[in-house]
Amino acid sequence: MHELSLSQAILDTALRHADGRRVTAIGLRVGHLRQVVPDSLEFYLELVSRETVCEGATLELELVPARLRCNPCGGEWELESPPFRCPDCAGSDVEVVAGNEFEVESITVEEEACIAPR
Amino acid sequence: MHRTKVKVLEGVLDANDTIAQANRGDFDRANITVVNLMSSPGAGKTSLLEAVIGQLDGVRLGVLEGDVQGTQDAERIAGAHTPSGGHVPVAQINTDPGFGGECHLDANMVRSALPSLPLDQLDLLVIENVGNLVCPAEFRVGEDVRAMVFSVTEGEDKPFKYPLMFRAVELVLVNKIDLLPHLDFDLDEFLTNLDDVNPGVETIHTSAKTGEGVDAFRDWLATRARRSVAA
Repeated sequence: MHELSLSQAILDTALRHADGRRVTAIGLRVGHLRQVVPDSLEFYLELVSRETVCEGATLELELVPARLRCNPCGGEWELESPPFRCPDCAGSDVEVVAGNEFEVESITVEEEACIAPR
Repeated sequence: MHRTKVKVLEGVLDANDTIAQANRGDFDRANITVVNLMSSPGAGKTSLLEAVIGQLDGVRLGVLEGDVQGTQDAERIAGAHTPSGGHVPVAQINTDPGFGGECHLDANMVRSALPSLPLDQLDLLVIENVGNLVCPAEFRVGEDVRAMVFSVTEGEDKPFKYPLMFRAVELVLVNKIDLLPHLDFDLDEFLTNLDDVNPGVETIHTSAKTGEGVDAFRDWLATRARRSVAA
């Protein structure tokens, strides 16, 4: 359900950067550790973007795998699912290196090919 | 007409986090500690708070209640007595009118409710979030610390199903512990699962019904509150 408010936040960000230009695509990076359902995001984004310059824009999702680092032993690994523990030393002093991302990476906008002086 | 890709690189929750920072500023100026208390619906957040209020003296507590609809929780908190017979100030946020029936509190909703609380007269503010194990974990509201209530009727597997929530908190209150004899719930298995998802997280076993662990939760809150008083 929070995908609705997240979609609104994505739309607000895109609209701010679009500056009135038509948006054809929104590039979004979502980390593996976020609890976001891509299908729901797409559904709600279509809903909230109606009658805005983002109407009909496609959502280009980049899913970022979770990477953890063990602070004591320095090892890094990709995490599919818990435990949040070092596979080498079983330590729990671990840091999330990647996987918490949730950002609008880019927007694709339509622009006049050439603006001739009138 | 041609297409151009424009770099944005902006967090989806940046706007929320900016407002959360403003809340944080207000809390700091009032010198209060703020706890964001989360759980699934019916885990016992309000019951535990009522029980804590009954044992809480010397810490000036305020409560902000978040619900989709209804004021039942706020009324219960308003009706609870401290040992010296006092009441704690409480404000209610309903996410339904004007907030689209949101399943969580966000920084802006909390901001809108702050004027109805006497922040300058408090040491500690507990924000009781909307009952939900997913969404509240995504939205910071300007709190110092996040805690959750987990009830033993919910099953051992929940940390694996809702890792974002179980990882977001510094304290897990394992509530309804009095029901253990009647359930198949394996407490050790749950604690192992919890430790896999959030290694070393603090836990307190509680029962709002029997009062078990309520003093420990009270002490945890009081310690947090004193930290801000000392600072």
